[in-house]
Amino acid sequence: MTDPLLEIDALSIAYHTDHGRLSALRGASLIARAGEVIGIVGESGCGKSTLAASVINLLPAAAEVTNGAVRYKGQDILSLHPEAQRALRGQDIAMIFQDPMTAFNPVLTMGAQLVDFQHAAQIPRAEKLARARTLLARVGMPDPDLTLRRYPHQLSGGMRQRVAIAAALLMNPTILVADEPTTALDVTMEAQIIHLLRDLRRDYQGAILVITHHLGVVAELCDRVYVMYAGEVVEEALVDDLFHAPLHPYTSALIACDPGHFEQATPILPTIPGRLPDLRNPPIGCSFAPRCPIASEICATPPPRMQISLTQSALCHKAGGRP
Amino acid sequence: MLTYAIKRIALAVLILFVVMLAMYGMVFLVPGDPASVALGPRATPALKAMLTERMGLDQPVAVQIWRFFANAAQGDLGIDVWSKRPVLDQILEAFPQTLLLGTVALAWALTLGITLGVLAVVYRGTFIDRALGLISVSFISVPSFVVAIYLLLIFAVWLQWLPAIGAGKSGDIPSQIKALILPSLAVGIGWVGYLARMVRASMLEIMAANHIRTARAFGLPERKVVTRYALRLAIVPTISVIAVGLGSILSSAVFVETVFSRPGIGTLITGAVFKRNYPVVMGTVLVTTAFYLLVITCADLLIAKLDPRVRDALAR
Repeated sequence: MTDPLLEIDALSIAYHTDHGRLSALRGASLIARAGEVIGIVGESGCGKSTLAASVINLLPAAAEVTNGAVRYKGQDILSLHPEAQRALRGQDIAMIFQDPMTAFNPVLTMGAQLVDFQHAAQIPRAEKLARARTLLARVGMPDPDLTLRRYPHQLSGGMRQRVAIAAALLMNPTILVADEPTTALDVTMEAQIIHLLRDLRRDYQGAILVITHHLGVVAELCDRVYVMYAGEVVEEALVDDLFHAPLHPYTSALIACDPGHFEQATPILPTIPGRLPDLRNPPIGCSFAPRCPIASEICATPPPRMQISLTQSALCHKAGGRP
Repeated sequence: MLTYAIKRIALAVLILFVVMLAMYGMVFLVPGDPASVALGPRATPALKAMLTERMGLDQPVAVQIWRFFANAAQGDLGIDVWSKRPVLDQILEAFPQTLLLGTVALAWALTLGITLGVLAVVYRGTFIDRALGLISVSFISVPSFVVAIYLLLIFAVWLQWLPAIGAGKSGDIPSQIKALILPSLAVGIGWVGYLARMVRASMLEIMAANHIRTARAFGLPERKVVTRYALRLAIVPTISVIAVGLGSILSSAVFVETVFSRPGIGTLITGAVFKRNYPVVMGTVLVTTAFYLLVITCADLLIAKLDPRVRDALAR
């Protein structure tokens, strides 16, 4: 196999809040290789956005990296000089943010912002504009010239998300991180954006990380999936294996709750009982145990990472049907 | 945009008209016949009748109002009954003095206020931020005439660094500058605190916005993020506050000019009110109100120019 482009190694991040220290990430690991589309799924508060922000070290001031490393092409990003980190942002690693409504500056035209985002390129402004125009056409904007003259509020949500994708591709980055790219959109727009991302991945050489809570997005887009729960990666699998033979009970529960897989109307939508553990005092044993239908006494001890194949593993005492 | 500008100007004219009507109302509500107050208790009836006629007070109110507006529209604000000089000349003499005082006061407020506000954002949550907060709120709470009296006591009476009264000798620029320091500080200091709080709040809000994170995610230099992406947006609410502030700066100039015995609109208007010199009172109020409305209208148009969202909301 090729060397990973991105390697997140046992990363732990804590937030300092008024109510104490909150462990948002606890030893999360992930690798992404060139040409791969990686999905990161989990419910709100599981740490997936923290993981996304750590890739370009855009963590809020209250966050502290307590352990682990983020390596890009073998180089630890988090220990780089801030200026060197800044040089990677938008150039090597680009982000597509969740909320297209607020992601752009409201008093600058799209053209001005798309030109600014190419600040590292030593080319004349006209060429930067031409590049922006090409990419806007690539993401399916009907009139790129008009779009460049528009202000963000003059575009619809779906249009803005297209522009956000074009912006991320401007500098031809090696890693593209899409943090909930479709969450703020309605269903038809979501389908269009997923279609666009699928279309783009065909001729994209780098790695794409898609953060989402929507299993449908994962099934449509990704090659491999990391399932997160309470700051930990609880399962890693190829997308087919994940849906057909999930290892971790949390993964099974997530799939059971996905409204997309029901073929007939049900009077009640299944949910996972209970709630996320308090991340100020994370449990010593399995963090999913209090909500887990198959938990037993052993689950009060730290769960092992069960590797059942080269590509699939789970953080569970009972992974793969062990008693 | 053009329709908006026309609407704003029409509104300003309407406000001016209503303000002048209200002023007329007040003149007739104040107890005491202007002529007898002006001439004192020993005036003869003949003298009173003469003054009443000269002030135009013998005419019906509607005629007086009509004459005032008709003349004002032609640039004639009447004749001062005491000095017999045209009111407009006196205002044109006094107004630049007040404008200078107000502008310098505003310059204090802008430089100190924005600097303190940005400092508070840079050191947010620290001792410096809290100390600046305390200072700003104290500046806001103390009225300008109190500040004026204390500044006079400290810098003019005790330390004797700066002159206590007057506007300096004419033609002698250094003495005029020295005479301007204390009064402008007295007028501007409340606005220093206000702007500092304002700039701090809007910068904090904007620096936490998603689009700032986007700009950083694209590796834009922090200096460019602050100036081009944040400050440009933070300046918009500040403009309307400054425009409204100019109005209150003009009214605190009334106190401060009296305390420091500086010539200006404030001195002109207080003197005229005490002497019931109505043509001067009306003329001064008309000119200051018109000036204030002009500033506010310009500020609204400037905001529409700077913020495309406002511009589009107006077009609809």
